[in-house]
Amino acid sequence: MTRMRQSFRTVLMACLLMSALVMGGEVIAAPVLDTAGQRSIADRSVSWPTFDQWKRLILLQDYNTRVVVLGTMLLGCAGGMVGSFTLLRRRALMADALSHATAPGIGLAFIVATTLGLDGKSLPVLLSGATLSGLVGVGVILVLRNTTRLKEDTVLGAVLSVFFGAGVALLSLSQQMEKGHAAGLESFIYGKTASMGIQDTMLISVAALICIAACLLFFKELKLLCFDQGFAESAGFPVVRLDLLLMAMVVTVTIVGLQAVGLILMIALFVIPAAAARFWTEKMWTMFLISGILGALGGMLGAGASALFAKLPSGAMIVLVCTGFFLISMVFGSARGVLIRWLRRSRLNRSVDYQHLLRAAYEYLEGGGRLVAGHDIPMAALLDARSWSVSRLRRVVGRAERSGLLKREVSRIRLTEKGLREAARITRQHRLWELYLITYADIAPGRVDRDADAIEHVLEPEIVAELEATLKKSGSDVPSSPHGLSEPAIAGVASQGQ
Amino acid sequence: MSTLPDARQDRLRGSGTGGRGSSETPLSVYDLTVAYHRKPVLWDVGFDIPSGALVGIVGPNGSGKTTLLKAVMELIPKASGRISVFGKPYRENRRRVGYMPQRESVDWDFPVDARDVVTMGLYNQVGWCLPVRKKHRRAALDALSRVGIEELAHRQISQLSGGQQQRTFLARALVQNADLYLMDEPFAAVDAATERAIIEILRDMKRNGKTAVVIHHDLQTVPEYFDYVVLLNMRVVAHGAVDEVFTRENLQKTYGGRLTLLDEVTEEMRRRERSL
Repeated sequence: MTRMRQSFRTVLMACLLMSALVMGGEVIAAPVLDTAGQRSIADRSVSWPTFDQWKRLILLQDYNTRVVVLGTMLLGCAGGMVGSFTLLRRRALMADALSHATAPGIGLAFIVATTLGLDGKSLPVLLSGATLSGLVGVGVILVLRNTTRLKEDTVLGAVLSVFFGAGVALLSLSQQMEKGHAAGLESFIYGKTASMGIQDTMLISVAALICIAACLLFFKELKLLCFDQGFAESAGFPVVRLDLLLMAMVVTVTIVGLQAVGLILMIALFVIPAAAARFWTEKMWTMFLISGILGALGGMLGAGASALFAKLPSGAMIVLVCTGFFLISMVFGSARGVLIRWLRRSRLNRSVDYQHLLRAAYEYLEGGGRLVAGHDIPMAALLDARSWSVSRLRRVVGRAERSGLLKREVSRIRLTEKGLREAARITRQHRLWELYLITYADIAPGRVDRDADAIEHVLEPEIVAELEATLKKSGSDVPSSPHGLSEPAIAGVASQGQ
Repeated sequence: MSTLPDARQDRLRGSGTGGRGSSETPLSVYDLTVAYHRKPVLWDVGFDIPSGALVGIVGPNGSGKTTLLKAVMELIPKASGRISVFGKPYRENRRRVGYMPQRESVDWDFPVDARDVVTMGLYNQVGWCLPVRKKHRRAALDALSRVGIEELAHRQISQLSGGQQQRTFLARALVQNADLYLMDEPFAAVDAATERAIIEILRDMKRNGKTAVVIHHDLQTVPEYFDYVVLLNMRVVAHGAVDEVFTRENLQKTYGGRLTLLDEVTEEMRRRERSL
């Protein structure tokens, strides 16, 4: 329960944080839709976008917006798909280090190109600089990891911060250059879709589509690589080349995504959709698809929001949208969500209580030699039989009464016919299992009751049948308890309850 | 099959036998040395495995058992030595080898079910970039039913018990339909029923002329389970038929003074002799 409470607290805090960020964003956002060009740049009044602006965005009427949103969507989809592999291969931090390591490359490329009298802000120049320094960063990580005894997280942290620091220094240096015009370079840090042209978007789309195609094509091989590298290698799969393919996809998505998402937040595109998708499924293929879809939606909505509020960096918006998906998935995810796990656990607890109640009742009747329905069973005896509180016992008695298994009076209960049958069935299962444990698992009889208690609630009918066959018991009657019901077992449990 | 109970004799002959494997010899290791960070883990290891045998590899923790299997499959580089699988280098006869790694080597939280894991043993046959087809899924289910857990085929693998996970890995090796199986501690931390099921399958393999090389920890069951044994502690202390090699003296050499189980094992061997 404490873990539940903790996760709820985490969710709550994250929600608060997010809404604070969004509200803050609204206040600072100047409601200028650059592409629409309806208002003057000097207009700094804070206002919600007009209905017309919403309409233009939602219907994607503006050609430029349409192209940018589509490109970011493909980028998000590729990020989500590649991310589901990096997440499962535990390479997420490597991707983060890589994207941060692109920073000095951008600054350096601009400075060098401008000094040489070229256009420092041409995208091919900047992106090749970014690629180069990103790869150098990864190379440094690999060299440090393999030649020193430093742990991987230490190496990643050190390289990431050193490269990013150098990048920030170089970028500020470039701002002070006489030649060239470095304004706008910082959009590579935070991401700004507004600075993207049609050509840039085409580049993003093509690169993203290639990555998506590669993921689909090599899905099976990458899955094997992520799950069991040793086995893949023994079966002759070229694991080094597959690993390189995965890294190449990470590099590609990172580099083309720099403009839209920014290098600081690039990691979110790889991690958040994949982590969110994991809450919905236990199947890798489904996780992969959901992750791609969430990434695509995140890219689309994030870019849309950034088009609406021109001052909001699109990277931040994309991440926030993805985070929203993550929170929803974490709570409502149908496979591993907080809610479903809580439900499962309380259902299990209920069924355990219910079986304990019926067995305690059965054993009480058995002890008195009166195995008939309608005989009085005092609540006090039931309370002693288990280590449960009065209120918990009341709850389970109430539930059993509602399903017609017993009748309750003030301080005692009476089993109905149906209740007695059910109690006999459950007690039989429990004892079969005990017998099995004693016969085959060499457990001392005194310890059996404990283990049997835990396991009988998960016994399936086939196993019961198997046990019966092995133990050659007749089908209907309840075998007598193998460890003797009297003093040691019951007294032991009762004393624990006090 | 040479048996070299005397380590001195082993030394005199350099590195034991091995390495001259014919196409009938499933596994032949000659003069194998493997080092991690310049510290040798295996030193001049050599032996031949006879065809159709169940072979136990036995030795204390850190004696290089897993390293040996990995070196055979070329998963780790060797400093020196020659290894042949059915008379050829491993990479040429890879399809005749099935591998069952240690259970701890993977993340059982991975989003796959038992059948998916078994199907991975068939990816080679499925072919690059092609999807898994119906016949592969059927083969995977067959393998799961051979190890007795076909009803768990669609359960996510973290929901399986330790024994069931071990059975899943065994099914994945079985589906590879190999002639030589390399198994890394298939009996580690399994329940009694699973242990019986696994040994039954191993005996079944043997009846079909297959060979299995199995890393094993429980000395007491060695005489019962295996025909042939390699006692390993960085070097090969002894290798040969269990009856000849699995002696108190050799075990003492392998384990040093740390062996408390020795007397029980000796007892077991005596019982076995009486029953023969």
